[in-house]
Amino acid sequence: MSHQDPVPDEPKKETDSKQDARNLSRRWFLVKLGVAFNAAVGLAVTVPVLGYLLGPVKKHGYRSWISLGAMGTFPAGETRLAEFMNPSGHPWDGMTAKTACWVRHVSEEKFQVFAINCAHLGCPVRWFAQSQLFLCPCHGGAYYADGSQAAGPPERGLFEYPYKVVNGELMIDAGQMPTLANEARLYQIDGKDSKPCVG
Amino acid sequence: MRRLKEIYEWVNRRVQLQDFVVEETTHPVPRKTASWWYVFGSASFTLLIFQVFTGILLALVYVPSAGHAWNSLQVLNHQLPLGWFLRAMHGWGSNFMVAVVLIHMAQVFLFGAYKFPRELTWTVGVFLLLLTLGMAFTGQVLRFDQDAFWGLGIGASMLARVPWIGGWLVQFMLGGPTIAGATLTRFFALHVFIIPGMLLALVGLHVWMVLKLGINEWPMPGRVVRRSTYIQEYKELVRKDGIPFVPDAVWKDIVFSGAILLAVAVCAFYFGPFGPSGMPDPSIIQTVPKPDFFFLWIYSILAFLPPSLETPFMLIVPVLAVAILVFLPFYAGEGEKHWSRRPVAVLAVMVIAIAWGTLTHLGTYTPWSPHMSAWSSDPVPVEYLEHRTPLERQGAVVFQNKQCRDCHALGGVGGMRGPALDDVATRLTEDQMIRQVLQGGGNMPAYGKQLSPAETTALVRFLDTLHPSGQPAAEDTSQQHGHAPQPASP
Repeated sequence: MSHQDPVPDEPKKETDSKQDARNLSRRWFLVKLGVAFNAAVGLAVTVPVLGYLLGPVKKHGYRSWISLGAMGTFPAGETRLAEFMNPSGHPWDGMTAKTACWVRHVSEEKFQVFAINCAHLGCPVRWFAQSQLFLCPCHGGAYYADGSQAAGPPERGLFEYPYKVVNGELMIDAGQMPTLANEARLYQIDGKDSKPCVG
Repeated sequence: MRRLKEIYEWVNRRVQLQDFVVEETTHPVPRKTASWWYVFGSASFTLLIFQVFTGILLALVYVPSAGHAWNSLQVLNHQLPLGWFLRAMHGWGSNFMVAVVLIHMAQVFLFGAYKFPRELTWTVGVFLLLLTLGMAFTGQVLRFDQDAFWGLGIGASMLARVPWIGGWLVQFMLGGPTIAGATLTRFFALHVFIIPGMLLALVGLHVWMVLKLGINEWPMPGRVVRRSTYIQEYKELVRKDGIPFVPDAVWKDIVFSGAILLAVAVCAFYFGPFGPSGMPDPSIIQTVPKPDFFFLWIYSILAFLPPSLETPFMLIVPVLAVAILVFLPFYAGEGEKHWSRRPVAVLAVMVIAIAWGTLTHLGTYTPWSPHMSAWSSDPVPVEYLEHRTPLERQGAVVFQNKQCRDCHALGGVGGMRGPALDDVATRLTEDQMIRQVLQGGGNMPAYGKQLSPAETTALVRFLDTLHPSGQPAAEDTSQQHGHAPQPASP
């Protein structure tokens, strides 16, 4: 490539005379040895640094069962905003330690707990009891009361947390921001991922 | 005075920079490049230095902690004397810097400056643009208000779409499973150490290459760049018609840089600092997150992509766009430089500018978003209620109560997600309206489960009154036929 490149080369400095070529090669050997030594040290240091950098990346480490409070605080037939503290936070998280979610009490011990994040790009969806819709303020994603996609850009329904009722308390399995890529995938609502109907 | 000169010479004998600086600054440049078109690069550099200084001054007070960042901005805005002015200058400096860098890029592109032998100067410049945008985005994150918080959510949601490793990337970006303290410290490090370090290093390289290869000459139609002859021609041009950069050309750079800094200060003084908007409490959902001005176009694109295309678009197009910019000089390194001989280049700049402007404009009023409070704050225009039956008026109540208004405007007020309904009766028959309301479709949710039959009837009766007085409501032709008088028999 360079032989075709007409940009003039930098003016070359006269190299040392050849009389101590032997010494030169010995010095070059020492330089190369030094570089190799530093490369080895560098590699040895890089590995733990990478480990440090990738520290937050955990495959299964962030979810746990969290209480949303007594079942009675969620009247049957209604959808209410609830909030919980992230289980793996830091003391300096401030108010960002909180996460909100929508709890739909269907009947008795049957619930649906939706992530606040729109399945499109994660903005906080709002519930409108009058029209029984969740609406997203960012790009206008709309979902029905059961979380299924109603209109707008989302390609699926709202993310749903697994839940259980223990001693009258509503617990959800949560702890990480729901996205389309969560390894511990949240429930898929609109059936895209569910098994195809047989028969 | 003589004493000062002695000190200077004493220092210079030790530092020995004078010859180098004099040689580099007084090097000859082609006469026509001493032009007001050639001032944007130096202005970008001035703004970068300005941003470094104002940024350091803000860092004296700002607390990069999720629990305190927002409050420290309140202190800057309201308690510390002139803290608001420093924030405003840094914020406006950022906007000006992005703008001037973009103008600089458009100018060197239209002047063919990326062609041989300045290919690498252009490529480094492309990365400087990306780093500048990176500074703008991470700076917006440090504001750590609701826009920043949910903006990070949008970023994470986009990153999550990367196949296989999306989930890991999200945790890597956020520094954990959620947007919280670890996220802010990461973006702080990016904004004040990593990206500025890279910016300064690459700017050094960029300017070095400009000095070594010479400033791009003023393009002339018919003066064609050829690898074999260009260097010689350029040398000849500079030899025959060159002027020293300092002072013959540099005074315009200095004046323009001063004007830009003055503009930043004036904007900062009159318009004040940007935000912070509401505090970053994820349980406050009464929020309409929006990115800063220079990212509005992306926000708009994301509203218009069909769902099936969205993920490939997000992942492929940015990579492709950067690749095109980076490899442009290697594809078109020779040939005409003058814009009048490069129609495709001019067209490309125009198309990009118009598309960018349109998308940014749309992003300022987001017609795709429902107006969340229209149903309770914008009343039905009185004239739409006059001379209506009780049932039709009941329909107007249903219309408001069921939040139809959030997406449909009446009398020019309300959401713009769906069509305005002032003359809906001329477009749809009663039956068509019932179908549309109950089953939805065309990006409208189905209201079949949310409306009782009585509500539906009232609503549709009301909608059927919405037509201009001189224009009748649409009617089903089959029903019309039933009412039509029998044709007289011959």
